[in-house]
Amino acid sequence: MLHADTSKADAVAASTVDLTKIKPYGDTLNDGMMQLSFTLPIPEGEEANEAAKLIAKKMGLEEPAVVYSNDLGIGYTFFILYGKCRHTVDYTAIKVPKVDVDVMNRQQCEKYISDNIKRDVVIVGACTGTDAHTVGIDAIMNMKGFHGHFGLERYQGIEAINMGSQVSNELLVAKAIETNADAILVSQIVTQKDVHITNMTNLVELLEAEGIRDRVILVCGGPRISHEIAQELGYDAGFGPNSYAEDVASFVLTEMAGKKRKPLLH
Amino acid sequence: MKNILNLDPKVIENARSCAARIAESIQTFIDMHTTVSIERTVLRLLGADGVNDVDIPIPNIVVDIIKDGGGLTRGAAYWIGNAMIQTGLSCQEILEKIAADELDITKLSMASTEKVQEKILPLAVEALEKIRNETSKREQYLATIGEGRQPYLYVIIATGNIYEDVIQAQAAARQGADIIAVIRTTAQSLLDYVPYGPTTEGFGGTYATQENFRIMRKALDEAGEEVRRYIRLCNYSSGLCMPEIAAMGAQERLDVMLNDALYGILFRDINMKRTLVDQFFSRLIIGYSGIIFNSGEDNYLTTADAYEEAHTVLASQFINEQFAVRANIKEEQMGLGHAFEMDPDIENGFLYELAQALMTREIFPKAPLKYMPPTKFMTGNIFKGHIQDALFNLISVWSGQSLQLLGMLTEAIHTPHLQDRMLSIENAKYIFNNARDIGEEIEYKRGGIIQTRAQFVLEKANNLLHEIEREGLFSTIEKGKFGGVKRLRDGGKGLDGVFIKDENYFNPFIDLMLGGVK
Repeated sequence: MLHADTSKADAVAASTVDLTKIKPYGDTLNDGMMQLSFTLPIPEGEEANEAAKLIAKKMGLEEPAVVYSNDLGIGYTFFILYGKCRHTVDYTAIKVPKVDVDVMNRQQCEKYISDNIKRDVVIVGACTGTDAHTVGIDAIMNMKGFHGHFGLERYQGIEAINMGSQVSNELLVAKAIETNADAILVSQIVTQKDVHITNMTNLVELLEAEGIRDRVILVCGGPRISHEIAQELGYDAGFGPNSYAEDVASFVLTEMAGKKRKPLLH
Repeated sequence: MKNILNLDPKVIENARSCAARIAESIQTFIDMHTTVSIERTVLRLLGADGVNDVDIPIPNIVVDIIKDGGGLTRGAAYWIGNAMIQTGLSCQEILEKIAADELDITKLSMASTEKVQEKILPLAVEALEKIRNETSKREQYLATIGEGRQPYLYVIIATGNIYEDVIQAQAAARQGADIIAVIRTTAQSLLDYVPYGPTTEGFGGTYATQENFRIMRKALDEAGEEVRRYIRLCNYSSGLCMPEIAAMGAQERLDVMLNDALYGILFRDINMKRTLVDQFFSRLIIGYSGIIFNSGEDNYLTTADAYEEAHTVLASQFINEQFAVRANIKEEQMGLGHAFEMDPDIENGFLYELAQALMTREIFPKAPLKYMPPTKFMTGNIFKGHIQDALFNLISVWSGQSLQLLGMLTEAIHTPHLQDRMLSIENAKYIFNNARDIGEEIEYKRGGIIQTRAQFVLEKANNLLHEIEREGLFSTIEKGKFGGVKRLRDGGKGLDGVFIKDENYFNPFIDLMLGGVK
């Protein structure tokens, strides 16, 4: 085989990933290959392709290649482009704040309640503000749950109150007080123009004004929510995509039982 | 269509007649009531438009005055007609004087209903003539520049800024879209007034205003003439201003309007009495104007499971059909909704989706069915998402759906970017063309998965309809049978805007529109 030596060299290279200097992988270690797609507000043509390549170069992509371009009908052009990233990052220096809790399944959560909390846990949830999407709060709270993960309503020992969508922060707080809630869950799906930030901040302010911020566990979730954002806004935890009821329940229960959490930065 | 699924026609007939009885029992309630939004609609049709110096729409000002004077149960048309008789002024002059706080029309002497009818009828006839002119314009366009083939490619625009919307809509038309829906700003459905003028700020969509309708209509007519294909415009006759927006849509030649009381009840927590009464008047307008209405059954499946609750979609379609019949809507304008929302991990999920789509087509043969794309199981994996949309497109062309709301590969991430729309139009065009006649070529195994599933869903829907008939529609909704959402008959928003008509109630448009286009 003509290239036998080269592939052997690659095999050796592949076994020595330098975690302090990683870059994208296409089909060979450190080739830096990335695929991008985007639109530029200029008509299709060679100049447009050149513009796309220049953008890629400015982004740190070497040898950019426009593999597809197409006019979008109004003198704007869509590109698919490949290029080799020249930057590297140090993976070993990365620290990401995460909800750090041992996730229990539903049965374990139920047992945890009867062993450690010894009373029903009240959790009030809502999709707040003008946001009309119940899909997130339903996935966590409704009996049925999502994707084979039962929701909190199903949990013995948890009284789950799902207030639905378009609930005002005032109403949510009133409900939490009325039901003596242990935890409040806020779902935010619509994040256009950062409306969720304003909304979530307002809830924290409201709880502080009522003097009950320290008495409830405050949790938020949604496709654009991260634990980091949640903490910045004064929430105890934030759950992004692919979170299920057991993730939320485990956090709330562990927090309630006062178990020492590992430091958030690890 | 031949009976490809071996459905029992007796069960279909049984379900349909049961739905008819359910709709009829609600119709009795509807006929006894009017709402603030219906009365505002009457005023809009009579020419009320604009806002006062603090941006309150004229129709709201006038209806509130009549309501406060205790006169709403007679109908706004009576008070306007009466004021015309008593003052000798025109309808427009009266509206202006009310807005300027120079005239209280509830404090004038009162003419007989007959006299008022005489005064108002010519205005009402003229109002409907304007609507008919728009309908003829549509027909003229369809006869000259024509239209795209079904399934129509239906895309959404949602920038929040009507002028940005125009750019995106025209681009979509040039890429091949047949229907442009301008998504409304979040929570407009809960406003008890219609905002006024062109708007450039919205969250997740653009305000439905008459001026925005006009701007987009003009843009789509231009694009349609250029691409030699009529481009339909869609908006939402839903929420607390359901009938007002239907009237605006009729006046500005919208072609498709989402209109479904059940949707508002379940997903916007609008009071069921309010919105069912509103829906009837909206559908009268929609039917009269040649607009296709879209019902919102697809939304049930965003909260309830598409496999287990498929029969609730069919049951609701039957009821929506019967409500539409009572509002004099032709089958060709009944855009009953359903959706491709099964969990992609279900074995043979594609077959169940296909069975549902074929069944819907067979049961509602002339209806321009609205088929909604996967949303619930779309993820940030746009590559897989594009395939989910492809399967959805395949079922659509296969089963002969009519209005194909195109799925976007970035559905789970953001409102569509310009290129997302291009990619989804390309996806649909490729599949529609490549599999154009697949539905004509294929027969189904007797007693196989597809036939069995369709028969099962029909049977279950029929049972549910009988249960609803026994229980009553209001109680059924209270028990959470649709979409797994429970709503109380006196709960939700807008109940304070519902009134029992008195025996002299006057609304010229109901009879005129029930009489159909003359």
